[in-house]
Amino acid sequence: MTTKTYAGTDVVLDDEGFFADPSAWTEPMAEEIAAAEGIPALTERHRQVVKLMRHEYEEKGDAPNVRALAKLSGVPIKELYALFPKGPAKLAAKIAGVPKPHGCI
Amino acid sequence: MARQVVILGGGTGGTLTANRLRRALPDEDQVVVVDSDDRHLYQPGLLFVPFGLSAPDRLVRSRAGQFRRGVRFVKGDVERVDLDADRIVLVGGSTLAYDVLVVASGARLLLEETEGLTGPAWGETVHTFYSLAGAARLAGALAQLDSGRVVVDVVDMPVKCPVAPLEFCFLTDWFLQRRGLRSRVEVTYVTSLDAAFTKATCNRELSGLLEQKHIQVVTEFSTAEVDGKGGRLVSYDDRRVDFDLAVVVPLHGGADFVTRSEGLGDPLGFVRVDQSTLQSKARANVFAIGDAADVRASKAGSVAHFEGDVVVRNVVKFLEGRTPDSAFDGHTNCFIETGFGKAILIDFNDALEPVPGHFPGPVGLPLLKESRANHLGKLAFEQLYWHVILPGRDIPFVGATMPMAGKRPVADRPTSQPEGGRT
Repeated sequence: MTTKTYAGTDVVLDDEGFFADPSAWTEPMAEEIAAAEGIPALTERHRQVVKLMRHEYEEKGDAPNVRALAKLSGVPIKELYALFPKGPAKLAAKIAGVPKPHGCI
Repeated sequence: MARQVVILGGGTGGTLTANRLRRALPDEDQVVVVDSDDRHLYQPGLLFVPFGLSAPDRLVRSRAGQFRRGVRFVKGDVERVDLDADRIVLVGGSTLAYDVLVVASGARLLLEETEGLTGPAWGETVHTFYSLAGAARLAGALAQLDSGRVVVDVVDMPVKCPVAPLEFCFLTDWFLQRRGLRSRVEVTYVTSLDAAFTKATCNRELSGLLEQKHIQVVTEFSTAEVDGKGGRLVSYDDRRVDFDLAVVVPLHGGADFVTRSEGLGDPLGFVRVDQSTLQSKARANVFAIGDAADVRASKAGSVAHFEGDVVVRNVVKFLEGRTPDSAFDGHTNCFIETGFGKAILIDFNDALEPVPGHFPGPVGLPLLKESRANHLGKLAFEQLYWHVILPGRDIPFVGATMPMAGKRPVADRPTSQPEGGRT
C-alpha cells in the first residue's frame, strides 16, 4: 500500500497501483493519474473509455477486460491499445480509480 | 388466475429453475421451457473428452427427460423478447406470452470475433474443447501428438468455467507423461490476465503447480489472431507465441436473441441484471440465471445452481406481489482437476476469497489442496448433476449461501451474511 496525492487529496493505492478505495476517486484525479502512468494528456476518446470503466465497475463491482471494454465502449481494440499502451483494461482501470479486472481464481 | 412463467434455455440453470418453480407454484400456473433442441450436454464432461477419459455420446441426454411432470417443453428458436408486450417471438412468427420470464440461454462461442478461428486450420492445428464436436476432434489430434508445442490460449474473459483451461494444461501434462512423451512436448498457457491465478490466496497456494508440471505461462496476451498456417498466436500489441497445436478458448457472448431484444442485454449479449437479486434492469418481471446473466461471478454450473435458489424465491415473491429481495452472494464452488487422479476444491463468494480448510464443514473435502478425495468428488459429481442438481433437489449440507464452518480465513476481510438456509 502506498499513498499518493491526486487533485490535492491523499489516496491509498494497493501494491499494484490500483485504488484501494474506489470511492476516493474524483474525476479531476484522472488527468494526474494518467500523467503518472505515462499518458501526457487525456483526449475525449480516453475519457469515454475511463467513464465506461467507472460505470461498469459501479454497476457490477468488477471492471471489464479488453474485449468487453471494446464492445461496451464502442472503441475498437486496436485503438484501445493506442490510447492505453501495454494493457488497456488495467491502465483504464487505474485511471478510473477502480480495482484491477480479475479472473476467477 | 393462472400465470405463465417462461424459461428461455433448458441447460443447467433453466432446467433446475423449471423444476424448482414447478414445485413452488400452484398446479394451475404454467411453467414453460423453450430451447432449440432436445440435447442437454453435461458441460463439465467436455474437459475429459480430449484425453479419452469420457465418451462424447455419454455426455448428452434429452432435455425434456430432465423436467418434472407439469413442465411444458417447447422446441423452437427465439427471435426476440418483446419486453413491452410481455411475450416471446419465436423464429417463424409464433408468440408465447409470459407473466414472468427467466432468461437461461447460456453463453456461446464467438469464433468470428478472433481472426483465424473460422479459417481452414480450425479443427486441424487449431482446436477447442468448449464444444462436443471440438472436444472429440481434439481427442484425435492429441492421440497423434508426439512432439512440438501445445498452447492453451484463453482469448479473453469472461469464459465458461475459467479454471477449465488450466485443468486442460494439467491433464495434458499427465497425458503426455503417461505416454512417455512429456520431454518432447512444450505446454504453454496463454492468458489475457496478468497471472494464471489472480486471487491472492489461489496464487499463493496454487501457482507452484504450474512450475512443478513445467507449464510455461504467457500473461497479458490479448489474442488478435490465431494463425493456424503459420503456427502462431499474434497479440494486439504484436507479440507472438509459436505452436504446433493450439487449444483455444474463444471469446464468449450471450444468445443472439438477447442482442436483438431492445433493452434486455449489454453489447456482449449478456442480460443486465441486479447483481444481488438477478432481476433484469429493464423489467421487474424478467430475471436471468447462469451464464446468460451479466453477473460478475464466474460463468459456471455451480454459480447457476446457487443462483437458482435465489431466482426461484424471487420469482415466487414477484408473483405474490412482494419485493423480490432474496440475494445471491457470489457463491462459487469448483473442483480443479490436476492430473494423476487428484483434484483441488475451492469454495468462495464475493466477500471471501478461496481459503484453506474443509468443505462443507470441518469434516469434509480438503480446500485449496490437491487430494485424491477431490478427484473422486469431481467424478461423482456427474451423477449428482443429473439426479440431484437438475431435478432441483437440495445437496445435503450444501446451501446456496457459502458455508463458513470448516474454513480457515486467512485475511481480515468481511465474511458473507447468509440470508438463511435453503427452503
